[in-house]
Amino acid sequence: MKGNFIDNLPKVYGIYTGGFLAFIIIMAIGEQMGMTSKAIGICFVAFTVAIYAIIGWLSRTAQADAYYVAGRQVPTVFNGMATAADWMSGASFVAMAGGIYFKGYGYMALLVGWTGGYVLVASLLAPYLRKFGCYTVPDFIGTRYGGNLARLLAVIVLTVASFTYVTAQINATGTIASVALDIPFQYAVYVGLVSILLCSMLGGMRGVTWTQVAQYIVLIIAYLLPVFWISNKMGAGFFPHFMLADEVARIGELEQQFGFVKNSAADLANVPKGLAGITKAHSAVNATPWAFISLALAMMMGTASLPHVMMRYFTTPSVKAARKSVGWSLFFIFLLYSSAPMLATLSKLSLIDPSLPTGIIGKSIAEVQAIDWYQNWNAANLMFVSDFNGNGTLELNEFFMGGKAVVLATPEIAGLPYVISGLVAAGGMAAAMSTADGLILAIANALSHDLYYKIIDPKAETAKRLVVARVLLVVIGFAGATIAAMEIQGILGSVIWAFDFAMSGLFFPLVLGVWWKRANREGAIAGMALGLGSAIWYLVWVRTGGSGFLGLTQLTFGIFGAAVSFVAMVVVSLMTGAPNAATQKMVDEVRVPSGRTILGKQ
Amino acid sequence: MSKQAQHWEKTRNLLFITLAIWFVFSIGIFLFGAEMNEVTGPFGYPWTYWFTCQGSLGIFVILIFWFANRQEKIDEEFGFSERGDD
Repeated sequence: MKGNFIDNLPKVYGIYTGGFLAFIIIMAIGEQMGMTSKAIGICFVAFTVAIYAIIGWLSRTAQADAYYVAGRQVPTVFNGMATAADWMSGASFVAMAGGIYFKGYGYMALLVGWTGGYVLVASLLAPYLRKFGCYTVPDFIGTRYGGNLARLLAVIVLTVASFTYVTAQINATGTIASVALDIPFQYAVYVGLVSILLCSMLGGMRGVTWTQVAQYIVLIIAYLLPVFWISNKMGAGFFPHFMLADEVARIGELEQQFGFVKNSAADLANVPKGLAGITKAHSAVNATPWAFISLALAMMMGTASLPHVMMRYFTTPSVKAARKSVGWSLFFIFLLYSSAPMLATLSKLSLIDPSLPTGIIGKSIAEVQAIDWYQNWNAANLMFVSDFNGNGTLELNEFFMGGKAVVLATPEIAGLPYVISGLVAAGGMAAAMSTADGLILAIANALSHDLYYKIIDPKAETAKRLVVARVLLVVIGFAGATIAAMEIQGILGSVIWAFDFAMSGLFFPLVLGVWWKRANREGAIAGMALGLGSAIWYLVWVRTGGSGFLGLTQLTFGIFGAAVSFVAMVVVSLMTGAPNAATQKMVDEVRVPSGRTILGKQ
Repeated sequence: MSKQAQHWEKTRNLLFITLAIWFVFSIGIFLFGAEMNEVTGPFGYPWTYWFTCQGSLGIFVILIFWFANRQEKIDEEFGFSERGDD
């Protein structure tokens, strides 16, 4: 191909997308010719991971600029796709539709929160941090406020938040690898880890950027294709997003008809751990305004504070491009997020509507237990029925499912060929890998650039810095995998905690650093230390039986942490002296898009 | 007032407008979630349900592109825009 790589991007990824679609068709033909479902699953995961590894190898680099910020030449649209993949984790892909399926409106606060946060990113932070020209988020804190203590605290907050998040992602890659490759979870976690490191180790941010674009293409095809296919197959409408109003209303009717019968504790004790029944209305408002708003607000402020997202906007060619790129990121995220409620609706209706051939409510228990897909998913510990009232018929309150089953099992229930299930596994793997890559890189870069280079050994040569960065990448990856292998927490819980930690420690030090010239070092130190400290205290308090206040739960404790951080930062800043003239001038320059970056001048 | 101060004032006003719109569609409307859900909205979905699964999300996408264009205009007005394309 002529010209440089960047100019050829649309062509390169166009060919890649075509190749992937061709691969799906080959697999579909293979299925018709008698390929086993296990072989299809292995092919999908192995083929896609091999492609990512090749991209990672082709992107290898020995330059600091390429390693940390992909040479600052990633075009807006492609950076948008990379950010979307970076952002949408295994939880978004596998668990989100399930959450909506079970909890309805109260859960959908996450959809609003995880998209609304990008408005804050675009307007408050991304363009200014891009103008700053930093390699990492603590780089901004350290230079804006000055001093090693502020930098160190930022590194600590970043590490706490991102590490909480990354164990969940490695856990998700392990879960998918163990199902698709049919190996025990304890080993599958390390298979997942090696795949993740293949993408990021040689090329750093450059490698991660180009693999994330490839991963976005796989995950969005894997999510949208089944949703459209199922909707058409059920006759619910060829474009589900605009055509499911009748289905949503029908679920409401059925809920009225069946009623939400509460199961006794003794009955529930028989249900396998992790499975849940339908106990909340699908489209009705089932949460108080504050419960909804506080969760959405926590997720929005957390979005704007998570370093692995922010650092993606350091890779754009200009400040202007950084702003636009946030818009593209959200557009690509919107494609998946707006489809999740549709998948939840289709999945729920196909299971509970007695007038549909797939509906199981109202059938006899014995009949349901004889269905092939029920047996498969029951064996996988994701589905369960039990005749609590002994009438021989399955009632709504007698049917239980795991959250993951909505995405993983619906294609099979709707009667789609197995090739779609293989595709979904590849999509989930892509989603979890891309997020894990971004997170591990964010931690390793902060430790290698801010802790090692800026604080410990400022004279270190580039080659040595990059060796340190890579060693840290591997060490952090293994630490994450080791903790993931212990299976301490659910995927979604730890994801939400990461948002709360990040917003408690970083939101106000970042925002006020740009928007309030008077903010100084002492204020920022107080804001980060007290913000994160109070958040951890509140979480421990609520987890150990504390009542909490203002209705803030272990999902929204970041609001308390951020409030403490804000007050501490403002009070301490005002009690101590204004920042020096050089710092004030620096803030003025950050606010103007043109000219060289702040750090580029030094 | 210096050119830079004027530029910043306009930038700040744009921020306030952007955040006000953001506030309405991420927080404001959900204060009335229960009441709003009684009414049928776009494509026949109940209003609140539609906002949570498409409306607010789509509005955020449009809002960011609108914001980016307005900010570019402000930067150009004061000669602070960057040279070169993206």
